[in-house]
Amino acid sequence: MKYLDEFRDLKLAQNLSSRIKRITSKPWKIMEVCGGQTHTILQYGLEDLLPAQIELLHGPGCPVCVTPMELINKAIAIARTPGTIFCSFGDMLRVPGDKGDLLQAKAQGAEIRTVYSPLDALNIARNNPDKRVVFFAVGFETTAPANAMAVHQAKKLNIRNFFLLCSHVTVPPVMAAILDSSENQVQAFLGPGHVCSVMGWKEYEEISKHYNVPIVISGFEPIDILTGVLHCVKQLESGKAFAENRYARAVSVSGNKSAQNILHEVFEEGDRLWRGLGAIPKSGYKLNENYKEYDAEKEFLVEAVNTQESSLCISGEILKGLKKPWQCSAFGKECTPENPLGATMVSSEGTCATYYKFGKTQVKQEGDLSLV
Amino acid sequence: MSELTQSFDLSCLMPSGSENIVKLGHGSGGRMTTRLIENIFLPVLGNDILNELEDAALINIAGANIAMTTDSYVVSPIFFPGGDIGSLAVHGTINDLSMRGARPLCLSAAFIMEEGLPIADLEKIVKSFQQACLNSGTKLITADTKVVNKGAADKLFITTTGIGIVEKFPAPSVKRAQAGDCVLISGDIGRHGIAIMASREGLDLETTIESDSYPLHNLVWSILNDSNEEGYEKIHCLRDITRGGLAGVLNEIANASNVGIEIREDSIPIHQEVKAVCEILGLDPLYVACEGRLVSVVTANMAEEIVSIMSKHEAASGCMMIGRVVADHPGRVVLRSKIGGNRIVDLLSGEQLPRIC
Repeated sequence: MKYLDEFRDLKLAQNLSSRIKRITSKPWKIMEVCGGQTHTILQYGLEDLLPAQIELLHGPGCPVCVTPMELINKAIAIARTPGTIFCSFGDMLRVPGDKGDLLQAKAQGAEIRTVYSPLDALNIARNNPDKRVVFFAVGFETTAPANAMAVHQAKKLNIRNFFLLCSHVTVPPVMAAILDSSENQVQAFLGPGHVCSVMGWKEYEEISKHYNVPIVISGFEPIDILTGVLHCVKQLESGKAFAENRYARAVSVSGNKSAQNILHEVFEEGDRLWRGLGAIPKSGYKLNENYKEYDAEKEFLVEAVNTQESSLCISGEILKGLKKPWQCSAFGKECTPENPLGATMVSSEGTCATYYKFGKTQVKQEGDLSLV
Repeated sequence: MSELTQSFDLSCLMPSGSENIVKLGHGSGGRMTTRLIENIFLPVLGNDILNELEDAALINIAGANIAMTTDSYVVSPIFFPGGDIGSLAVHGTINDLSMRGARPLCLSAAFIMEEGLPIADLEKIVKSFQQACLNSGTKLITADTKVVNKGAADKLFITTTGIGIVEKFPAPSVKRAQAGDCVLISGDIGRHGIAIMASREGLDLETTIESDSYPLHNLVWSILNDSNEEGYEKIHCLRDITRGGLAGVLNEIANASNVGIEIREDSIPIHQEVKAVCEILGLDPLYVACEGRLVSVVTANMAEEIVSIMSKHEAASGCMMIGRVVADHPGRVVLRSKIGGNRIVDLLSGEQLPRIC
């Protein structure tokens, strides 16, 4: 398949692998920001192609994982409200609040529909004028423009029974939060390719300069990831730190202007709570003054329920790249994808769920992660 | 890959806190289904035959070796590209009998209809059911009909039970895979699941993909009887791929036979359009359902001959050898990726696609 097979090519991968091995002289810790990148690394067994000195740390870029439990509880409460159709991407349905998940609410009679686009949810609203239709708007800068478009369309078409339950988060603030942490171990980043296809990559030049950290904007196929690692190592080994774009087939310097325009039209910056990481100032989007009547949190007056995360869960340390899933005593035991205890096990792109799915369950020797 | 031998028990040891009600994921054919069967059904209903968990049970009745199987069909929509619930209900049960080397003889069927189902639709499905019986040399010999209130079923559910006769032994079994065997697949994977997905409301996907729903009894007969050597000794496992996909079947074989399985990603046949839809929707084709494909595990010296026997059948023109059975990492399926890394292919957690069969 064009644009895919070229980026999954065995010879190219082997070539990149030997180039990385040739130039690596010291141990380096590189974080891939996105859950999609983590997924590719595990799906293709990419760590088998890297020298032992290179450790990949898996970042916080899975929006499903970092959605706070309070909001899941709110989603469930809204979905259970009579006369409501609750629409969501499939992944959110099995994220547990502290009393069950949306799938359970569905099994008990709540009208919950899986959609593939927020515009589908808008159509459901149009076709069900007697019901209130809520879309669970989760995601980074990648999904936010389409969700903004749905609200914008709703306003334009005067559809008044459509609402967003908004949990949008943004990448640069969480990267800064990781780098600001005193425990930080990240020495270079594979930057979030799809986020940059929307936002451009100027923001990452600033982060790179400010923290003196290499950032290589990378794609999501095996060759993209290996290329990203190669250029991170090149910078690290030569003591340089700058932002560079190695996903040029999708990312331009200034990004997608129309997508940015609709974002600014509908949303404004807001503080966000990140599951596993806590509150990060100005790290997300909320509906702005002009669109506040589409805010499900204002429309449905459901009480915020105090929540408690499992004391066994170490997802905060995993999201910051401080620990690996197999270092958690609950991993694969009390905590599984069907019964996740915390952020990183809940989505198929979460680090723990990815490790579980692809069988990376134990460390073979210290520092040498391998199949067991 | 000897480091794979120390297996790590990934099954959830604790009863899941949220498992006080049945969820759709319990019907996925993955880990949740397995747990439901092991925790709820087998402790109460289990016996020496049921516990085998084969596609069809083998019993000796008055000197005759009988194979028996049962399956319910709840696919939505009831008409889909390449078939409908009527033909599917015949093919699925014929295939389960065939996988034990049985010659399908007859079927029973229960039709549960939702109030409001158009008679014209029912007529079409009944005709399709009959045509599928004719095509597979079986007949319906007893049946039941029920109608339930609107909303108590989704248009039409069909349960079929099949009886076949086993004329030669040993019968293929999910427990017979041995280290050194080759793993063959009869064709490309995922067409049924993707055809259903694309025909659902709300997904405007334009594909030409049709379900692979097909009766496999003739193919199985050839596999077992057309080789130069004694096929029944050398054909160790036959398993049709249904919900849970190729990954599900390989895991069942690895577990039941207590062997490891290694497959090569680049040898697994997948149609371009199936691959494309999977890319778009974020599905893993290894977990997408088929309804007319089988996996056979055969001794290495038979593999080439069986591939050539299979490829003479239209239903298996795309057959391939995809991997090997190994003594290492028992219970585990390991995939060598296109770019040379390894990963474990586990059972599906939860559901990937609802109600596809």
